Amino acid sequence: MAEFTLPANSVVKQGKLLEAPEGSTNIRRFIVYRYDPDSGENPRTDTYEVDLDSCGPMVLDALLKIKDQMDSTLSLRRSCREGICGSCSMNIDGANTLACTQSIAAIKGDVRVYPLPHQPVIKDLVSDLTNFYAQYASIEPWMKTDTATPPDRERLQSREDREKLDGLYECILCACCSTSCPSYWWNSERYLGPAALLNAYRWIVDSRDEATGERLDELEDPFKLYRCHTIMNCTKVCPKGLNPAKAIAETKKLLVQRKM
Amino acid sequence: MTDLRSPLSRVKGLGSAKEGTDHFWHQRLTSLLLIPLVLWLGFSLAAMPVDHATLVAWIRQPFVTVALVLLIIAVFYHAQLGLQVVIEDYVGSHSRRTVILLLSNFLCLLLGIVGVVSVLKISFGA
Repeated sequence: MAEFTLPANSVVKQGKLLEAPEGSTNIRRFIVYRYDPDSGENPRTDTYEVDLDSCGPMVLDALLKIKDQMDSTLSLRRSCREGICGSCSMNIDGANTLACTQSIAAIKGDVRVYPLPHQPVIKDLVSDLTNFYAQYASIEPWMKTDTATPPDRERLQSREDREKLDGLYECILCACCSTSCPSYWWNSERYLGPAALLNAYRWIVDSRDEATGERLDELEDPFKLYRCHTIMNCTKVCPKGLNPAKAIAETKKLLVQRKM
Repeated sequence: MTDLRSPLSRVKGLGSAKEGTDHFWHQRLTSLLLIPLVLWLGFSLAAMPVDHATLVAWIRQPFVTVALVLLIIAVFYHAQLGLQVVIEDYVGSHSRRTVILLLSNFLCLLLGIVGVVSVLKISFGA
């Protein structure tokens, strides 16, 4: 059955409090999920008091300040700090987003930072996305053609056909959408999830691709595709403002269309 | 047992069942059909004096018989499709899911047949 409660060794305990330096005036509390599987201890939440007067505006700035100046044992992924690499995806203030583009000022009260929901945790805010990446690989995200490439130029695409890829090609595979989807929580071993399905649709609508039918065949499955119940958490949380729910609905429409 | 298969092999699993579109489409068709049918049933019953003789006479009208049979088929087909989704969502173990699905499908079929036979019996019966 779907698990609604945490096993005893996964129950999150209260951790330590690290106070801001004397004389800080603009303090925000960051409550951060901590877990180290090697320690054998339960996960805990540590509270860090961060002086915002000496900190950048985004949640990632605060997390890096914590790691640099308060607690170097905190683990997290980050790279570009401008919302294009998708590394710092995590659950902030109850919603999946990128720490680098989430402003601290937009959050009321304490800032709660957890790893992406329902994924194995490697350490602290670093989750294991092996299954997520394998699902992306399984939709074969590359152009498939039988027609040989023209020898003298690239494959052409009309301006209108190129516009169909807008809102799809921008996906950075941060996994915010898939890990916010309840259907993905319950069936992630078989349901491909919004990110992989959005990318599958990106190739289905690409006018240059010649494997549209095979791609639809691969998706037509009660679990791979039809676990989507239009809950729309994916669209709500996407830090790039994309609409995976619509891409999935369009895929279902094409599957119905080809039967009529 | 250690699973040494690659993550991609695990994700690909047994491949696509090439199924699910009919389920999706029929669930939507039956829900559309049920909107007028349920409204019709509700308003008709509300407009009628509640006694046995009136009700039996009402069911015996050809249009009412047909509409009721249609309604019962749509209701239980829709229920079967909907229950299947819930079971597939929440019952993780494959063997348990299969058993519960069979039971649920059988129950919907049984109730549907009971409903249709009852309406026909009233309609054609003595």
